Amino acid sequence: MEMIRELSDFLRQFWGLWLMICFLGIIVWAYWPKNRGRFDNDAMIPLRDDDKHEERTDGGNP
Amino acid sequence: MTQATMAHGAQADTTAYNTGVIKSFVVAAMFWGVVGFLAGDFIAWQLAFPFLNLDLEWTTFGRMRPVHTSAVIFAFGGNILIGTSLYIVQRTCRSALWGGNGTGYTIFWGYQVFIVMAALSYVLGYSQGQEYAEPEWWIDLFLTVIWVIYLATFVGTLVNRKENHIYVANWFLLAFIITVAMLHLGNNISVPTALFGGGLMKSYPLFAGVQNAMVQWWYGHNAVGFFLTAGFLGMMYYFIPKRANRPVYSYRLSIVHFWALIFLYIWAGPHHLHYTALPDWTQTLGMTFSVMLWMPSWGGMINGIMTLSGAWEKLRTDPVMRFLVSSVAFYGMSTFEGPMMSIKAVNSLSHYTDWTVGHVHSGALGWVAFVSFGSMYYLIPVLWQRKSLYSMRLVSYHFWIATIGIVLYITAMWISGIMQGLMWRAYDELGFLQYSFIETVEAMHPYYVIRATGGALFVLGGLIMAYNMYRTIKGDIREEQPFESPEAYPAGARR
Repeated sequence: MEMIRELSDFLRQFWGLWLMICFLGIIVWAYWPKNRGRFDNDAMIPLRDDDKHEERTDGGNP
Repeated sequence: MTQATMAHGAQADTTAYNTGVIKSFVVAAMFWGVVGFLAGDFIAWQLAFPFLNLDLEWTTFGRMRPVHTSAVIFAFGGNILIGTSLYIVQRTCRSALWGGNGTGYTIFWGYQVFIVMAALSYVLGYSQGQEYAEPEWWIDLFLTVIWVIYLATFVGTLVNRKENHIYVANWFLLAFIITVAMLHLGNNISVPTALFGGGLMKSYPLFAGVQNAMVQWWYGHNAVGFFLTAGFLGMMYYFIPKRANRPVYSYRLSIVHFWALIFLYIWAGPHHLHYTALPDWTQTLGMTFSVMLWMPSWGGMINGIMTLSGAWEKLRTDPVMRFLVSSVAFYGMSTFEGPMMSIKAVNSLSHYTDWTVGHVHSGALGWVAFVSFGSMYYLIPVLWQRKSLYSMRLVSYHFWIATIGIVLYITAMWISGIMQGLMWRAYDELGFLQYSFIETVEAMHPYYVIRATGGALFVLGGLIMAYNMYRTIKGDIREEQPFESPEAYPAGARR
């Protein structure tokens, strides 16, 4: 227990580094080539929800 | 992303969404918007012509200024944020509101009561003295209850979703709700004098001196970051793809954009306290993180504007799209200016001057209000199931009148702010200050008139919008040839 606390106190000093690693990990995950398909699919979520009658893409022209 | 994935996009949706409460929020946002713009323009004229304080305690600048800031940020911005967030979360999760109309209308009416109580308390002279957190302690507690119901409704709807993935707009909106809750609780810790036999309308903040200032600007800057930026970015990530009918430029960039904003924003507050009693290292930390905010700034700008890539003609043919894309351009501009102003050397010139006021308004009018207007123009016909808006010409008028208003406002404030900063630091050959304070105030007078004129144009645009909205809800469609209709251009001239 004592040792774990000492270890955590030691590691805590480098909080900036841990956050940076975490952030870089997110970038790698986002741009990992294998994930491309699923993110392209996720980007379509807002456009899938309407039936035709609701679409307002005519610039509002009556 | 590609046209091929878009093709199998249209499937009928049968979820019964709660739209009644969204309508209420949109109408309330329009109402409070006009009220807040009017209050702002009124105090702008007060600065140019002090007799407009009217010699009444209720209408002095000191009391009207929080009425303006709270009305535009929390009443206009808050209503449109809460309304659109509850709309977006339903549509992108394909599930009705958690708690249905019950929670929806509790949030709506609770929030309106909060706004009225806050505004009345300012006018009557009660204030906590924390900028943008002026309401006294029991109004804060009331808002906390409403906000927790809002959070529960939002998260409950997310949990009930039928879509596997939580769309990125909801990440921004959830970050906004959680962070604002945290900021609100942190900055409003105070001791009511009522506990010690004092009045109900007075309290003292727990922190004192420079600690209080630090907590205040941790709150104040993150209110900008998470209320006025993250929340409205959530709107951008839904309404721009929706209006353009194409997915966001890069979903992967939106993920990086989100996390860059989350990791960096919370540290930037100390740049409001350069050259004060705040320790130097804290100021430098705040400056460094502010400069790093250029990263999410560019991420958002690229993503918002490039969503139109391949459909640029929409900028010419659709004034609603023009509102949305211009808002992102203003977002890029003001979030470039902000980190620059946080650099200590620049700040020594800009701090306490009108440059800051101009910066805030290029963000508030150009980004926050324009993205709200664009979203509302999209949303009003959809919510009330109208074929189109009453008049697209009026949307164009609104766009150009408001844009000219903003340009007048921010250029006047740039000139007057830099002039003011330079006059304050000018010494004569004997080492005395060259100008007295009142001389700087006199020099700013013409710019105050220009600023107030720009503000009046912005109010006029808001009134045009309110009229257009009223007629649209009534179900009218104006007989007109829109300025921007594709037919207005000969086929060969269209790119």
